[in-house]
Amino acid sequence: MVINSRFFNRSELIGFIVLAAVLFVILPLSLDVFRLNLVAKYLTYAFVAIGLVLCWGYGGILSLGQGVFFGLGGYCMAMFLKLEASSVENTKIQSTPGIPDFMDWNQITSLPLFWQPFHSLSFTILAIILVPGLFALIIGTAMFKRRVGGTYFAIITQAVAAILTILIVGQQGYTGGINGMTDLRTLKGWDIRPDHAKVILYFVEVVLLFACIGIAQFIRLTKLGRILVAMREQEDRVRFSGYSVANFKIFAFCMAAIFAAIGGAMFALNVGFMSPSFVGIVPSIEMVIYTAVGGRMSIFGAVWGSILVNFAKTSLSESFPQLWLFGLGALFIAVVLAFPNGLSGIWADYVQPRIDRLFAARKPKPAAWTDDSVADGAPAE
Amino acid sequence: MFGDYSLGDLGSIFVMQGFAGLILFSVYVLMALGLAIIFGQMGVINMAHGEFMILGAYVTWMTSNLFQTYLPSLFSGYFFLAMILAFVASGALGMLVEWVLIRHLYKRPLDTLLATWGLSLILQQAYRSVFGAREVGVELPQWMLGSLHVTDSIEVPINGVFVMCLTVLITVCVAYVMYKSRWGRQVRAVVQNRIMAGAVGINTEKVDRYTFGLGCGIAGVAGSAFTMIGSTGPTSGQLYIVDTFLVVVFGGAASLLGTIASAFSISQTQSTLEFFLSGSMAKVLTLLAVVGILMLRPQGLFALKVRK
Repeated sequence: MVINSRFFNRSELIGFIVLAAVLFVILPLSLDVFRLNLVAKYLTYAFVAIGLVLCWGYGGILSLGQGVFFGLGGYCMAMFLKLEASSVENTKIQSTPGIPDFMDWNQITSLPLFWQPFHSLSFTILAIILVPGLFALIIGTAMFKRRVGGTYFAIITQAVAAILTILIVGQQGYTGGINGMTDLRTLKGWDIRPDHAKVILYFVEVVLLFACIGIAQFIRLTKLGRILVAMREQEDRVRFSGYSVANFKIFAFCMAAIFAAIGGAMFALNVGFMSPSFVGIVPSIEMVIYTAVGGRMSIFGAVWGSILVNFAKTSLSESFPQLWLFGLGALFIAVVLAFPNGLSGIWADYVQPRIDRLFAARKPKPAAWTDDSVADGAPAE
Repeated sequence: MFGDYSLGDLGSIFVMQGFAGLILFSVYVLMALGLAIIFGQMGVINMAHGEFMILGAYVTWMTSNLFQTYLPSLFSGYFFLAMILAFVASGALGMLVEWVLIRHLYKRPLDTLLATWGLSLILQQAYRSVFGAREVGVELPQWMLGSLHVTDSIEVPINGVFVMCLTVLITVCVAYVMYKSRWGRQVRAVVQNRIMAGAVGINTEKVDRYTFGLGCGIAGVAGSAFTMIGSTGPTSGQLYIVDTFLVVVFGGAASLLGTIASAFSISQTQSTLEFFLSGSMAKVLTLLAVVGILMLRPQGLFALKVRK
């Protein structure tokens, strides 16, 4: 991978440094472990939001089924953790020791076949990437090869989210039903519940998040990213230029699915359970609003959107549970009507010019000089 | 799965489940008709459609309470007034929403989806604040209770028959309005070519507003009918919205006949499967089949040939 000196332009570099400083230094130093763990939970949605920036902001494909991939990733991780938590010693009191408790409650006497491979951590990690990726590949191929897009795609992905939720809730013996998989304890013998583990998991998650930001930024800068934008604006013209529009759409959709799945897996690790309430229609559409609030064209905006909306949700629903739905509804409408580019749009329209003016005022030399110096100072390899 | 039943039993089961399916079909058709007008004709994704339906249901509930308190003698006929009120209330709200929200978004169909979802959250919370979180049920007048005995093993509830008759009546009305009236012709003209329709003197903004109002009004009537067969809560509408969208898409948007055919096939499949499998698996299989067919035939059952 060749990182040229323009991997981030100046404003993106500022965004990158601010985000890194906040996530790596300021939040861990200023918050107690409980609040830090909440931030870790918010950040799991940031993975989904970054995927949506690629797929919706750049590709123009609105998926209302990201909860499906979030859930698939989360459930894969949770299955591994649940198996480890249900060792024979831990489950002595069950009528069949060694299987997860909810199976025992549902009169299942042996571990189902599709659960068996989840004894292995390496298989689980592969599954977290491959299961949602392949699922997205199947849906994407079926839909985009037939040139289904736009609103129809949104509705069908939404239906898929509904189907998966009903299935998970209905098949209680295999999935834990409406309660989901609870009581996850250890990862390869390492307890994930105490405070120091939560802090370590937080940092692992932030590192992964920045890896995803890097991948997304790389895709955005390559020709691929430009084709995605071209496709969103003039699909037919791209097709007539000889590009296979369907394949690019499938790629964007699969990437978004994989990002969402990583977020889901981190959710299971950080929060310690996984349930169908993070899979269905409502969470899926809320994930879209995180992206929309942050700015559907901005990768950093998506991260900020996820953090801020979830923070508002936690604090509002703690103190004014009645107001939260009004607030969220108003947010949806406001973002669509007044701020279609979200926070990053507001930043670019109102804050950025002021900063530029400030820089220009402080340094009377020509602006081009500062641009060059910053570009040279960018993380060049 | 058929092993334990005799042939006669199976026949009765299919008739009874078929009838239960027909009631589900009525609800689907009533909801989907409004949605087909809004989505199929205008291209607007109205995620708040379920909440317009629930508004109709609450209006019906209030009307029935009013009649019970002040006009007990006329209680047996309250439903007809309630239906009209539900239509007017939901239609008026729909027109207001179109004026405030939707008309700014005609060029961005995906954004109508997000905005109307926000609207649906606000309406849900508003219902919860006004009517309480508990589900409410209306009291049916005497003549709607009980059931008709067709044979020894087959009986059909009267309220179900009534809801079905209502569905047929409304469908005929909508078909007449859309395909025979002058106004329906204007709607279809605006859909086919907005600029040309404007050029020949159709007030396209007015047509949009009334079309949206009509779709929402029908949703209100659907809510009215819905109270006959189930209770109403602030989030009842959301339960049906995905199914209804699938009905419209499966039937082929912009085709009223397709909407009816797809509502029929989906509801019948679901209710027949429900008897033999658990409710959730029946729903999963039905929805999977619909999504599967849509992947093979994205334009839906009855598609108009339109150039993009």
